[in-house]
Amino acid sequence: MEVPILKQGEFLIATIQAALSDADLEQLRMALVQRVVKFRSRAVIVDVTAMDVMDSFASRTLREIAQMIRLRGAETVIVGIQPEVAFAMVQLGLRLEGVGTALDLEEGLAYLNQKFKNSS
Amino acid sequence: MPGEDVRVPINSDQDIILARQRGRSVAAEAGFSAVDATLIATAISELARNIVSYARSGEISVHVVQEAGRRGICITAMDSGPGIADVQQALRDGFSTSGSLGLGLPGVRRLMDEFLISSAPGQGTVVIAKKWKQDRQIS
Repeated sequence: MEVPILKQGEFLIATIQAALSDADLEQLRMALVQRVVKFRSRAVIVDVTAMDVMDSFASRTLREIAQMIRLRGAETVIVGIQPEVAFAMVQLGLRLEGVGTALDLEEGLAYLNQKFKNSS
Repeated sequence: MPGEDVRVPINSDQDIILARQRGRSVAAEAGFSAVDATLIATAISELARNIVSYARSGEISVHVVQEAGRRGICITAMDSGPGIADVQQALRDGFSTSGSLGLGLPGVRRLMDEFLISSAPGQGTVVIAKKWKQDRQIS
């Protein structure tokens, strides 16, 4: 299942809508990096509200997405990690080090708008 | 008691999703909380991923177990892949035989209450992991 990526001004918003296979996650990584380049985006929001499980592969891929996007000089914010999913991630020892997180899409956008308010 | 058992053949990354979704349903039907059902689904995801990454194919089965008046979920992950030469090492955090991705076994052990593994080179791997329902109320 392909993840829709919306361009909203200087930001990209990728909304995961169902459980993603490994191949879907890798496809998302490629699509986001390409679009950050194409649109010269300053930041990417990945909305994971619909993700049922964040296992080692999913969290590693999200970390990689954030690292690649940082190399382009842009920022990544993961929003909508469900409480149960967060609980499982901590038990599993998974971290999203160096990746911004926010409660939901609204908070993620508010954070980025604040951050880039003076620079655009 | 409904003997809801599921068996999911694991051959591709799509099967990882199917296995964890069906496992979550079994856990929910057995009365596990949303948090515990997610822990179980995450453990299934890791075990199924090990099968795809290391053995290519295998099977995950999930069933309800009843023991000494308590109810639990038992996950069995089976494959006839290359097996693990040093099981103790594979249970240590951060150990990986295929680059950056660890086996995830220490994590699965933390997610579940009981964890058994049997593996030897050339003889495949069997992991049996159980989680018991927490019936006690915190007062």
